[in-house]
Amino acid sequence: MTTTPRWRELTRHHLFWPVAVLVLLLLVNVPFTPDFFSVKMTDGHLYGSLVSIVLFGSPLILVAVGMTLVIATGGIDLSVGAVVAITGALSCSYLSDQADQAAVSGVLLAMGLGLLAAVVCGLWNGFLVARMGIQPIIATLIIMVAGRGVAQLITDGQIITVNSEPYKLIGGGYWLTLPFSIFVVAAVVAVTVALTRRTALGLLVESVGGNAEASRLVGIRSRRIKIMVYVFCALCAGIAGLMISSNTSAADGNNAGLWIELDAILAVVIGGTSLLGGRFSIGGTVVGALVIQTLTTTIYTIGVPTQTNLVFKAAVVIIVCLMQSPKFRAKVFGAGGFGGKRGAKQAEAPADTAATPETVRTMEVS
Amino acid sequence: MAEPLPVLEMTGIVKEFPGVRALSGVDFRLFPGEIHALLGENGAGKSTLIKVLTGVYSLDGGTVTLNGASVRFTSPSGAQQAGISTVYQEVNLCPNLSVAENIFIGREPTRFGRIQWKRLRREAAELVDRLGLDIDVTAPLSSYPLAVQQLVAIVRAVGTGDSDGSGSGTKVLILDEPTSSLDRDEVLELFALMRRLKGEGVAILFVSHFLDQIYEVCDRMTVLRNGTLVGEHMVRDLDQVGLVQLMIGKALDQLEELHDHQLHADVGESLLTADGVGRTGGIAPFDLEIKKGEVVGLAGLLGSGRTELARLLFGADQPDSGKVTIGGKQVSMSAPNDAIAAGVAYCSENRRTEGLVPDLTVRENIILALQAARGWVRPVPAAQRDELVAQYIKALDIRPANPEARVGQLSGGNQQKVLLARWLITRPKLLILDEPTRGIDIGAKAEIQKLVVSLSEEGMSVLYIAAELEEVLRLSHTIGVLRDRRLVARLANGPEITPTRILETIASGEHQ
Repeated sequence: MTTTPRWRELTRHHLFWPVAVLVLLLLVNVPFTPDFFSVKMTDGHLYGSLVSIVLFGSPLILVAVGMTLVIATGGIDLSVGAVVAITGALSCSYLSDQADQAAVSGVLLAMGLGLLAAVVCGLWNGFLVARMGIQPIIATLIIMVAGRGVAQLITDGQIITVNSEPYKLIGGGYWLTLPFSIFVVAAVVAVTVALTRRTALGLLVESVGGNAEASRLVGIRSRRIKIMVYVFCALCAGIAGLMISSNTSAADGNNAGLWIELDAILAVVIGGTSLLGGRFSIGGTVVGALVIQTLTTTIYTIGVPTQTNLVFKAAVVIIVCLMQSPKFRAKVFGAGGFGGKRGAKQAEAPADTAATPETVRTMEVS
Repeated sequence: MAEPLPVLEMTGIVKEFPGVRALSGVDFRLFPGEIHALLGENGAGKSTLIKVLTGVYSLDGGTVTLNGASVRFTSPSGAQQAGISTVYQEVNLCPNLSVAENIFIGREPTRFGRIQWKRLRREAAELVDRLGLDIDVTAPLSSYPLAVQQLVAIVRAVGTGDSDGSGSGTKVLILDEPTSSLDRDEVLELFALMRRLKGEGVAILFVSHFLDQIYEVCDRMTVLRNGTLVGEHMVRDLDQVGLVQLMIGKALDQLEELHDHQLHADVGESLLTADGVGRTGGIAPFDLEIKKGEVVGLAGLLGSGRTELARLLFGADQPDSGKVTIGGKQVSMSAPNDAIAAGVAYCSENRRTEGLVPDLTVRENIILALQAARGWVRPVPAAQRDELVAQYIKALDIRPANPEARVGQLSGGNQQKVLLARWLITRPKLLILDEPTRGIDIGAKAEIQKLVVSLSEEGMSVLYIAAELEEVLRLSHTIGVLRDRRLVARLANGPEITPTRILETIASGEHQ
């Protein structure tokens, strides 16, 4: 196979494989839904599969973006699903007690309360990991399990429904013809990128995740950094919690955000961030989350039977991870094959998490 | 008499990395029953050649023949099965496993899929015994000092290649800087072992920066420079001066200059005083004074407490007695940040585990200490950062001079320079250098020593730790002598201070 330098350059980009997988998944839908790519204007709102993918994928993108920073420090946060439930439960139960649910001040206060609870959860995780030195997977397991109980305590085990136009906006409303949640996601992603790349936070996070002892000896206050990323991750999960409860106008302590931590971790990995910590890519994570949401949508459009759709999803995820593994590509397609010689060279790099492209060179979101 | 056939022959070896041609057309042969030195400066391609040979890197050009048959290894295990075993510069073992487990890791004797622990321990003990070493194979590897761990790594390499553990299957043994962390006795022990293996017909490829050791133990040598072959010589045909000239490709003026250099007398007032600073299990309480512009050298055997002393003065470990005063102010030393804020910088002897962040670029690694001091909110402005980095890459001659290169891909000497650049950017008052020249070629060694001299002339204080006494003597105004985790003497350098005098002090261990 002839490979031009430009093509090779392109395949080396850290977003190439995630984007390629996303495009491939989108194309798979076309034979089943010929108007898959069309976007229609109805009642001043844009509708279409692409819009829905972003809309339904919004909470996952938020959670995964927060998770990216935690994973980059070498940690993991299993509690995000529970935080989603707690935030939604607290906001909705406060709001449902209000005489006037449509009052903007009441809605803002409800959201503030929910997010405050999320921040407290994040502080707790950060405290356990950074101060107490507990393994992140264990430390965050506590809220993952106990948090659902807390959420049910808040809602008295009921599903609390609210009827509030302003609250409906964040997860189900429209603005400038597009779902409002898309703007929320765009804002959070932009803030995260600015926070990590316009300041030195990104570099310090990558340093702590890349070599914790060297980072300590170079004078990085890694405890502070770790606490900060756990709080940030919980805050992102909190916003996702508001979005989910707003979209359904209800708080379900049992099912809101159930298993979202696993999808989020998967999105981070597909996006090219190593579970070992170090280099991270917010752009990659966003694409990774979209891949997962597209997969979910695809399962419905091509009509995979309900009882087998989890198995189908698992199979696709395995294929995606294998495609992203430079080792696997080198083995299957050979040194001169798909992705050019680079594939073979990457295989020489020290073994990393299977799904981690080694080519992360420039980290700016493009 | 015709030469015997080489056991290993590499012809026209080419290896490229993105933007770098690490090897261009290198030939290399290895005969059975010889010890063959592979020589060259850092970045000359020694490690790359070894990694190509052992299947860590794939070949971009050239051929490899083993026992007359063309081979192409795609993985280290393939090379091992063919009888090529390697011990790398840095110990790559599992510290939390026992010595026996480490020796047999990946090829444990099994029956019905279960590991035969008794047999594993017995065979490990036999192997260790046969090689004349006194090591308890059931103890965890981490309970032994680095030097012994290195010997275990060699035992492991000798043992691989043959399932009965006799080592008869190992045809080629590659030792990449095995002596860099060994003291004299251990080096002799290693040499005895190497000669024994040579007698058994094993071909040994030996990489070392200690030229004396090359002349002591090797038969033949191959010299590389900038990824090309400079020459293959019998050791007895080429003297050291000629060899060094081949390696660096220029005459020895640079080194001569350093030999003649006089210590500058311009030592200022006191910068740091340590009063009864100590740590249980680390080093007994000691007093030490370091003056402005002074180079204080620490001499002592491996494990005598040199590193432990340095770590206390940086807050890397917390002292449990005494107090440290820097610039008239007492520093708590509860964390490295305290020392850094007071103007102390520390380059650890373990570059890979305690110094560099291998995934990050040269630029990011260099800027890290300065950035950590500024906190995350105030990034170093990009223009200033790039200028600083370019300036230090140039000043220290870091190669490749590409700030975007991943630091993990650099050679040992260049990694050391990156670490130095990282701290020099912060303009420290006291620079602690723990074995800065370990595993580094002679050219880079001279450069780093010259740098120490000029830094101290500019008024920076330096605490210098090195295994080579001559190196310490050449650079230091004051020499602290350590023995058995105790600072036993502080000697003002002068004509009467010789390596012999220091050795006597170490040997007698008397307080002066």
